Amino acid sequence: MGEYSVWSVLRGGLTGQTHWKRAWRDPDPKPAYDAIIVGGGGHGLATAFYLAKLHGMTNIAVLEKGWVGGGNTGRNTTIVRSNYMLEGNAHFYEKSLQLWEGLSQELNYNVMFSQRGVLNLAHSDAQMDGYARRGNAMRLNGIDAELLTREQVRAWAPMCDFSERARFPIHGGLLQPRGGTARHDAVAWGFARAADRLGVDIIQNCEVTGIDVVEGRVTGVQTSRGPIKAKKVGLAVAGHTTQLAQMAGLRLPIESHLLQAMVSEPLKPWIDCVVTFGAGHFYISQSDKGGLVFGGDLDGYNSFAQRGNLPMVEHVVQCGVALMPSLKRLRLLRHWGGVMDMTMDGSPIIGKTPVEGLYLNGGWCYGGFKATPGSGWVFAYTMAQDRPHELNAALSLDRFERGAVLDERGAGPTPGWH
Amino acid sequence: MLRIDCPWCGPRDMVEFTYVGDGTLRRPEIGAEDGHFDYVYLRDNPKGPHVEIWRHGVGCRRHVAVTRDTATHEMLATGKPGEGAS
Ligand SMILES: Cc1cc2nc3c(=O)[nH]c(=O)nc-3n(C[C@H](O)[C@H](O)[C@H](O)COP(=O)(O)OP(=O)(O)OC[C@H]3O[C@@H](n4cnc5c(N)ncnc54)[C@H](O)[C@@H]3O)c2cc1C
Ligand SMILES: [Zn+2]
Repeated sequence: MGEYSVWSVLRGGLTGQTHWKRAWRDPDPKPAYDAIIVGGGGHGLATAFYLAKLHGMTNIAVLEKGWVGGGNTGRNTTIVRSNYMLEGNAHFYEKSLQLWEGLSQELNYNVMFSQRGVLNLAHSDAQMDGYARRGNAMRLNGIDAELLTREQVRAWAPMCDFSERARFPIHGGLLQPRGGTARHDAVAWGFARAADRLGVDIIQNCEVTGIDVVEGRVTGVQTSRGPIKAKKVGLAVAGHTTQLAQMAGLRLPIESHLLQAMVSEPLKPWIDCVVTFGAGHFYISQSDKGGLVFGGDLDGYNSFAQRGNLPMVEHVVQCGVALMPSLKRLRLLRHWGGVMDMTMDGSPIIGKTPVEGLYLNGGWCYGGFKATPGSGWVFAYTMAQDRPHELNAALSLDRFERGAVLDERGAGPTPGWH
Repeated sequence: MLRIDCPWCGPRDMVEFTYVGDGTLRRPEIGAEDGHFDYVYLRDNPKGPHVEIWRHGVGCRRHVAVTRDTATHEMLATGKPGEGAS
């Protein structure tokens, strides 16, 4: 298969670039593995990679019902940040951000991680106070954060409305300079290729239809390509988490909701950081192809449909135009939706379940792309060691029953509000 | 665009409503020892027909019981809470 490098590109120049091989194998499932990961999104693939690389577990498989990266990994707005306030979240997301910083080298695959800065705008004095508090909490945790004045925001994002007529005048903002974006497909493909090179079987078009549990212990899974045995099964299926958990008899504090995203026609470079609106739900960045990528709120009702409705498109665009009036001259190129696994406190669940050998990675809400490497790293640890790492200890499933919820937003137990 | 057939006002656009959530949950009796955790946190989250409550905020301001397919968004039935659809 070979390393990807500038030399292989140059060498290929002599042979018309015909030397490229497929990036990962397409094996048939074996009858048994040491561990199975359900879901070939970024999280499942990252888990497999770290299990093989750091825990020596190479007789493992990733089972994906469709194609690798066809779920939320390939549908998100690619914002990566670690600007969390609560202890149980902050260190986990910061670990993930640190892994992003070396990921292209680690995977020998360019994930196009661009630390262009994530800027959250404030539109009132109270919001500035809130950001000062969050920024201070981050800095106490060793995470970069800068409170910007209105004039500093203007230098970062001059396309925002700084006129007298602005509907929501900008007071300032909170910047995380190390935050940014990455190429979503490349993250899935890079982890898939790197895991495959370590011997992991990546099996596409293989839907898990049942989980075998004998006397409270996992023994394997039923799939559309036959039964497969394994003593350890990890779920990383995002929007379908409750569906899979149900196969093992578990009811979870999760609802599946619908989130849409949109991209405009391509432009010359216009916005070189990620900007989030503080008076409504709207976030925007520019892809390397030039399209403006943006999104906003959930549509608001339970859904597995992977497509949204026009009222939310209109609402998101209204927020965008209120913040950046020149957007109204643009045409929308595409919009799409994904199935979000929304938890009751807005934070993810990574850990053990009441079923021995069954591990859960889900409840990512809108924010799981940024967590991809960190999630795989701690989930691999949890599956290999049969106990959570200290970085995911607070993200356990039993936190709801213990009253130890991690509700960054303080929205309460209504999944659609996080 | 979804349309909800309000039992009091007739068919209206979804933008007139707010989503309240799962309509099958039953609050435990006051003073009950058990059931609160399940009621507050756990959900069936079906992929398919889902019984749910919407509030007609821009109309009659009442709760409407809706059965909707979460896989297709098809509206299967609407009615008054506690009757028919829920
Ligand atoms: C519109 C949108 C915008 C977003 N924006 C951001 C953002 O800016 N920043 C951010 O950090 N996060 C964002 N997210 C969230 C992020 O995309 C997800 O949290 C993250 O990608 C989840 O990764 P995953 O690997 O867990 O899930 P997925 O990529 O969805 O992978 C799960 C896989 O499981 C498979 N699967 C399901 N059921 C089965 C089964 N029975 N058998 C086998 N396989 C199965 C699916 O086919 C799927 O490929 C956004 C999401 C959406 C939809
Ligand atoms: Zn009505």
